[in-house]
Amino acid sequence: MIVPVPVLEVNNLKVYFPTKRKHFFEVHSHIHAVDGVSLKVEFGKTLGLVGESGSGKTTTGLAIARLVQASSGSVKIMGKEVLGLEGEELRVQRKHIQYVFQDPYSSLNPRLRAGRLVREALDRLKIGHTTERSIRVNELFRQVGLSREHERLFPHQFSGGQRQRLGIARALASHPDLLICDEPVSALDVAVQAQILNLLRRLQKEMGLTYLFISHDLGVVQHMCDEIAVMYVGQIVEQADRISLFKNPMHPYTKGLLASVPSADPNRRKKTQIQIYGEPPSPIDPPLGCRFSSRCQLAEERCHFETPLLRKIKANQKVACHLI
Amino acid sequence: MPDPILSIKNLTVIFKTRSGDVPVIDDVSFSIAPREILGIVGESGCGKTMTSLAIMRLMPEQGKITSGSIRLSGEDLVVASEARMCGLRGNEISMVFQEPMSALNPVFSVGEQIAEVLKTHQGLSNSEAREHAIELLESVKIPLPSQRANDYPHQLSGGMRQRVMIAIALACKPKVLIADEPTTALDVTVQAHIFELLHELRDQTGTSIILITHDMASVAEMAERVMVMYAGRKVEEGPVEEILKNPLHPYTQGLIRCVPHLMETISPERKDLHEIPGIVPPISHFGRNECLFAPRCCFVEDRCLNQRPLDSKRAAKHLTACWQENTNFEKVFA
Repeated sequence: MIVPVPVLEVNNLKVYFPTKRKHFFEVHSHIHAVDGVSLKVEFGKTLGLVGESGSGKTTTGLAIARLVQASSGSVKIMGKEVLGLEGEELRVQRKHIQYVFQDPYSSLNPRLRAGRLVREALDRLKIGHTTERSIRVNELFRQVGLSREHERLFPHQFSGGQRQRLGIARALASHPDLLICDEPVSALDVAVQAQILNLLRRLQKEMGLTYLFISHDLGVVQHMCDEIAVMYVGQIVEQADRISLFKNPMHPYTKGLLASVPSADPNRRKKTQIQIYGEPPSPIDPPLGCRFSSRCQLAEERCHFETPLLRKIKANQKVACHLI
Repeated sequence: MPDPILSIKNLTVIFKTRSGDVPVIDDVSFSIAPREILGIVGESGCGKTMTSLAIMRLMPEQGKITSGSIRLSGEDLVVASEARMCGLRGNEISMVFQEPMSALNPVFSVGEQIAEVLKTHQGLSNSEAREHAIELLESVKIPLPSQRANDYPHQLSGGMRQRVMIAIALACKPKVLIADEPTTALDVTVQAHIFELLHELRDQTGTSIILITHDMASVAEMAERVMVMYAGRKVEEGPVEEILKNPLHPYTQGLIRCVPHLMETISPERKDLHEIPGIVPPISHFGRNECLFAPRCCFVEDRCLNQRPLDSKRAAKHLTACWQENTNFEKVFA
């Protein structure tokens, strides 16, 4: 089944948070957490959002899921605008976007048994008949590799990997069009990470899921995603398909980021390292020009004054840099 | 190989639990030469951190060293008095922790915290210590060190804090530095700088470094030799290149294969990742006379369940604790 409209279409999304004023007459400053992000995810694909901490990748995910208030822009799920929705309409819409959180320890209610936890999603969104719900919970447990007996246990009786399976089961309960996975494996041990990543890929194949995959681990992103957007201080600096981005990164930031990843492959390690020095600028009223210019070794005069736009350079690669 | 600076022989540490005494470190031996970087890898709960705490004699109350020796330049730390340990910690061995924010004191400026080490351990005066603290901040590449010395930990970024931690650890030029997951909480770009810094400092001061991590790639980048731990035991040890290319223990093989590595060549098709089924056994299983990895192992046979495999030498400097002579491994790295 191929749907002509993209599952997710984000246009010029901005999320600003006001900072605290030091005194009454001071003008509000804003943290530009997400500053003009546009994305598109086709049915059955995975889009990766990568970047350092503070680059706005999680805020983007939260704004799309309507868990933080966006300042402006548009977010369409299956062609339907969701940013303006209120009340009952918004509640119904939540069926279509679900979220898998980073920390499987704090995102599950410790007082609910596992079965109730997953069923709660169905109850709240009024999905299916009451009698059908327990059958659905059963099915979900099987799909994520847990057994019937697990339904009676409390979250603390599960291991980290099993809890993340619960989190995934809960997110899948409403047959969402889009699943936002926010660092789903970074709290887990390496051996367990592989189990969860394989599960996510298997579920995607079996159920035709569409993922927005947020991660800082480039190895994981390379394995999971079909397309990748690299974020830097609230903006996308490069967006490309998996092969192009990792084979031929074009933005100086992407190059530096990839070069910083330690590698166990001796062939990759021999290459000379391009390093990124310094720290990203503050997202509070960020400066004009390219936000990476303060750390970029290639920066020219205009980089400090003119904001580069995200331009199409190749069929599957967009870059926001004056020098390309 | 030159004489080791630190040599650990048959170290066993037991934990008192409700179900009796369990060995959280079970007969572990290894050594580290001057200027060498040794990586210790394994999942959480495999005894990596406990090994380093045992070396520092900083174990939690319920832990106790029951046998073995920890020799630092010939002196056995297991029998050293607490006063002697106080003299050694910081001066001869020091440690960098995972979370720089919780390891630094929030109410003292970083300059004061570095100076404190110098005053206590080397008896410097206030002004000498401050001067030296600024030099140390400079050596860990903190810009504007004399101004930064007055900053409090919350005013610094994560990477800067970790640099301060390293400055504190290296203040008295220790012979051995234990870095326990020093970059886990940091971004990759910052991690690359911390690794570079540790390499440079090693080259300048000749400190040996024990790097504890769960990431094989970090070990490949940093270390010369690697020791893999599982359930409180050493399962494999050898030179990094050798272990990555030709791991012999099924656990090491699993650790290498279960991670999506960034490779030089990227293939269009993506296979499923290798899975190590199950999880690390609970602490109550530790110390049984069997291979503790057996329930997760694909090569398991009868004797794995009846007898603990001992270290066997398979190649020069390459040890593994596995009964299987022939563990086939589909090569990940050529």
